Amino acid sequence: MTDTLSGLLTIAALLALLALAYVPLGDHMARVLTSTRHTRLERGIYRVVGVDPDAEMSPRGYVMGVLAFSAVSIALLMAILMGQAALPWDRGLPGMPWDMALNTAVSFVTNTNWQSYAGESTLGFAAQAGGLAVQNFLSAAVGLAVAVAVIRGFTRARSSTIGSFWVDLVRGVLRILLPLALVGAVVLLVLGVVQSFTDTTVQTLAGGTQTVPGGPVASQEVIKQLGTNGGGFFNANSAHPFENPSALSNLFAIFLLLVIPVSLTRTLGTLLGDRRQGYTVLGAMAFLWGTALAVTTWSEAGGHGQSAVAAGSAMEGKETQLGTWASSLFAVSTTGTSTGAVNASHDSMTPLGGGTALVHMMLGEVSPGGVGTGLYGILVVAILAVFVAGLMVGRTPELLGKKIGAREMTYVALYTLVTPALVLVGVGLAVALPSTGDAMGNPGGHGFSEVVYAFTSAANNNGSAFGGLTVTSTFFQLSLAAAMLLGRLVPIVLVLLLAGSLARQRKVPTTAGTLATNTPLFAGLVVGVVVLVSALTYFPTLALGPIAEALS
Amino acid sequence: MILVIQQLSRQGVAALRLLAVMTVVLGVLYPASVWAVGQAFGGRPDGQLVKVDGRTVGSRLIGQDFSGSTWFHSRPSAGDWDGLASAPSNLGPSNPELLKAIEDRRAAVAAEEGVDPSDVPPDALTTSASGLDPYISPEYARIQVDRVARQNDLSRAVVARLVADHAQGRQLGFLGEPKVDVLDLNLAVRSAVEGAH
Repeated sequence: MTDTLSGLLTIAALLALLALAYVPLGDHMARVLTSTRHTRLERGIYRVVGVDPDAEMSPRGYVMGVLAFSAVSIALLMAILMGQAALPWDRGLPGMPWDMALNTAVSFVTNTNWQSYAGESTLGFAAQAGGLAVQNFLSAAVGLAVAVAVIRGFTRARSSTIGSFWVDLVRGVLRILLPLALVGAVVLLVLGVVQSFTDTTVQTLAGGTQTVPGGPVASQEVIKQLGTNGGGFFNANSAHPFENPSALSNLFAIFLLLVIPVSLTRTLGTLLGDRRQGYTVLGAMAFLWGTALAVTTWSEAGGHGQSAVAAGSAMEGKETQLGTWASSLFAVSTTGTSTGAVNASHDSMTPLGGGTALVHMMLGEVSPGGVGTGLYGILVVAILAVFVAGLMVGRTPELLGKKIGAREMTYVALYTLVTPALVLVGVGLAVALPSTGDAMGNPGGHGFSEVVYAFTSAANNNGSAFGGLTVTSTFFQLSLAAAMLLGRLVPIVLVLLLAGSLARQRKVPTTAGTLATNTPLFAGLVVGVVVLVSALTYFPTLALGPIAEALS
Repeated sequence: MILVIQQLSRQGVAALRLLAVMTVVLGVLYPASVWAVGQAFGGRPDGQLVKVDGRTVGSRLIGQDFSGSTWFHSRPSAGDWDGLASAPSNLGPSNPELLKAIEDRRAAVAAEEGVDPSDVPPDALTTSASGLDPYISPEYARIQVDRVARQNDLSRAVVARLVADHAQGRQLGFLGEPKVDVLDLNLAVRSAVEGAH
């Protein structure tokens, strides 16, 4: 069998798995997030927490809930990371320094999972399982909660509330993420992922010594993918054989990181009572993902780069058993979902392959985006698309029965601008500092690309890296933490206020003049807006980095 | 402003309590349950450790340094086979340092194995993403057969047979790349040497 056939069959298997899960998972999520019943366990939790699960929240209250929960989460995680020496299974390691702890806490709470530390040499098992993995669940559930609140903005009329943050959060964890994670973790155990609480020092065959690390990896690995988090237990992330032991576990990992964002489009269609609307959104996402995959695979499997030509294949920074096809599939899926896990070194990818990974994040994480974040991200783009279309024909834009007025467009415009602003200001600041040149791991345009990649990854809450950049200076720890925090919370606040504004409106009836938003034409319009906005924003920056490198 | 702070602090109390509950459920009970399930799979969740004469010599999944001339070599490692420092080189695709490393390795491997430089496969010339790649390509194993046989006083046919026996095809017939586990192969070489003497 040729590599090409093997690669195409792998992609086909992935699509088949996603297709199998699409309807049951999408409809399950729709049921869970709209059910009026609480389980006994949930009622117990609400009593302990002290909230009334049947009291709905105003948009402002929902925002306060998200902000308070994020603040408390960052504080506790920072405390765990700095004080890990006092916890069991600390492996004799000291606490993290404050700036690294702050960066890491922000990173995991914002679902970014940018890592300025190496897991196996920095963290004990309690800090990983009791600190980081907990936020892998919770940050994903927050994204899911915000997405469903935004959907309520469209489905409700004359409503002053958009649901209860606490209920959405608890259900997301207990009825969606945790059951899937338990099943997935068992699959990973079968596939050979590690779950132990001991490191083993061995005398190697050739007479050396080597420490074979252990850890509660399977339980963390599954939610790392499923929650589109991406923070590796080990430094090498999903390239590490204990996180990703085989080509089969690799396929399963890619399935896990795509399955919720993809199935959420079904949830959207079901909740709107318009399945075609869900398919339209999915179509736009799939087109962007497929295009990125085609470009990346062409460049990686074709070996289009100086080092690939020199070595005969683009195998620098790739695992033998995964090869160029499975590494390309992973890279495109991880950058399109804001996961940021990697099974290959993105820094060593061919110029066009690595450049596509960067551009894929710059699209704003909507192909198909992170858990929840991808869905509300593409809904914002859809509003922008009907606005542009409305300008062309001179009608007041509408989406899903809601008028898009000045207030809504203000939120949308700010939402669209905040992430690029964080990226470009961050890059500008970094390159103005003389010390940044020394932090770059590669000379020339590629070194600049490393800095652009870092801020793009942070502000878009992706978390993958061009890893050659040394990011342990206090400047990078704090500036990237700021990019992650603002890149997460400002869009969430804006989109929740937008949801509130939509929910308050009455529904406008569909007329012959209403732009149909559940058609392939509209999917094309959404794709066009995504590409146009990112291209206009980032072209000058890209020209200095990956484009210059690809042409050299 | 005061209203905002009041609202935030009231939510903050609820947030703190929920976080505490979730930390117990997701941070303690959940990983412990997965660990308990893992115990049903024998030693597999410990990392597929390999024992020889009662001594653990490594993990089947973690590559080792086999630079000695009697061994089948692993791929070059950017992390020097340190089990606690998994890492790629992160050298960019046009970095002169990487291009030079590839040419140097090509010359060195060709000289050591006595093959034409153009016959050295890509995995022998590049570092992996983990720095702990336990596998090499069957091609890289095959060009090492002559040297390994010579250095261990084994017949070429015996060593070639071992390579053929340890070559693994694509998983399920179509997933991933063909590969050879270097630790397994070297264990087999060692057994053959012990059997011959």
